[in-house]
Amino acid sequence: MGFDWRWDFTFEILPRLLLATLNTLLAAGLGYAIAVVLGLVLALAQRTPSRVLTRAVREVVEFIRSTPLVLQIFFVYYVGPQFGIRLSPWTSGMIAIGLHYASYLSEVYRGGLESVPKGQWEAARALNFSTARTYFRIIIPQALPPSLAGMGNYLVGIFKDTPMLSVIGVAELMHTANAIGSESYRFLEPYTLVGVIFLLISLPTAALIRVFESWVRKKLGLI
Amino acid sequence: MSEDMSAYPLRLEGDDVPMVRFMNVTKSYGALVVLDSLDLDVAAGEMVSVIGPSGSGKTTVLRMLMTLETINGGVIYVDGQPLTHMEKNGVLVPASEKHLRKMRADIGMCFQHFNLFPHMTAVENCMEAPVHVLGLSKKEARERSLELLQMVGLEDKVDQHPSRLSGGQQQRVAIARALAMRPKVMLFDEVTSALDPEVIGEVTNVIRELVDKHNLTMLMVTHQMGFAKEISDRVCFFFGGKIEEQGSPDELFGNPQKERTQQFLSAVMEAG
Repeated sequence: MGFDWRWDFTFEILPRLLLATLNTLLAAGLGYAIAVVLGLVLALAQRTPSRVLTRAVREVVEFIRSTPLVLQIFFVYYVGPQFGIRLSPWTSGMIAIGLHYASYLSEVYRGGLESVPKGQWEAARALNFSTARTYFRIIIPQALPPSLAGMGNYLVGIFKDTPMLSVIGVAELMHTANAIGSESYRFLEPYTLVGVIFLLISLPTAALIRVFESWVRKKLGLI
Repeated sequence: MSEDMSAYPLRLEGDDVPMVRFMNVTKSYGALVVLDSLDLDVAAGEMVSVIGPSGSGKTTVLRMLMTLETINGGVIYVDGQPLTHMEKNGVLVPASEKHLRKMRADIGMCFQHFNLFPHMTAVENCMEAPVHVLGLSKKEARERSLELLQMVGLEDKVDQHPSRLSGGQQQRVAIARALAMRPKVMLFDEVTSALDPEVIGEVTNVIRELVDKHNLTMLMVTHQMGFAKEISDRVCFFFGGKIEEQGSPDELFGNPQKERTQQFLSAVMEAG
């Protein structure tokens, strides 16, 4: 079997794949938005005086990080209905991938929060700030820059993990490429295109994150 | 750990209530006793310097007063009111966070390493707490902050971030930031120890001006004996978690009575 690349077929399927790319971007964006917010909640929950809460959240985070994403996606989508929770593929997918990456991001935040010097807490206390104000005005703005590199890695990571949503029928890139393959019995072009599209988005994103990181540091007056 | 709290008054009353009173205060970390039954009064408007070897508990005194450390025994009073405790059913119980927040408003502190907020400019550092803790309008807080930054000689640096300021300038911003809360008591914890020798004067000049022109009660932990001698009303020499000796600067530096004080002072003077 020789190398048999058909350009006419490539251009025929390209619009369909580009349309599916929008869904991939939407899934990555939504999932990441959930993860960014929920991850912060998980990180802060591990810093409360309540040892029980800290321990419980710690265990949940460890559990999620130690089991495969695809299993979590299946679990939410197929096991949910047995408990009367019937969710669409999109909703299930967003919950699973959002939760999965929230647990990773919570570790990134944890490192960032711990990197803020103790003296900042003491100054905030001496100036009589409430705990909430101390976090949101003093600590989190300083924990952000050291967290950005890790956050950026996981942004690219969640984007590359969206094909897993194809297993429950979310019509993203991988799902569409599979569909094209089974309709036409040609897999070379759709899968290659998927790879190229991922590459063309991932690489500039990683570069943009580095630019953003130094912009934030400058904006906060840290350099 | 059940101390009989009935021995402590619910509040201090009378004509000569000190601004700060440490009453039988003990602090320990596990088996290590840092402060041992400390009694110390600071009168309103008084400048008291705390000197002593490292590990003598002198910084702990300030940190307890700022409520950065809890205490293991005794009571601290500020302006006649218990700081570390509060009244409940006629007895003193350990203070709640709410009580601490109320009492802390009277106390300001400057740190050895400044602890400015690096993501805020000088004036933002000063405005942040007046706006978000005292509830001042941004305009009022800004005016108050600019006035204080001018007082410490930094009117041309108000919009600079700490990373653009020298150590001496950062410490002066930190003093302005603490004063912007209008505390009754100011605490200086080795505020010149992290500074290059040539900028120490910038900071000591500001403190000197505070002593001369403002009726603040001040407690200062310092290694600068000359400065302590010059501006203090009283100097306390700490050793091993206790006040070994205290007195006027002339008495303590000129004619120390205790052997440990003499040893410490001659060692420091020798080092220059």
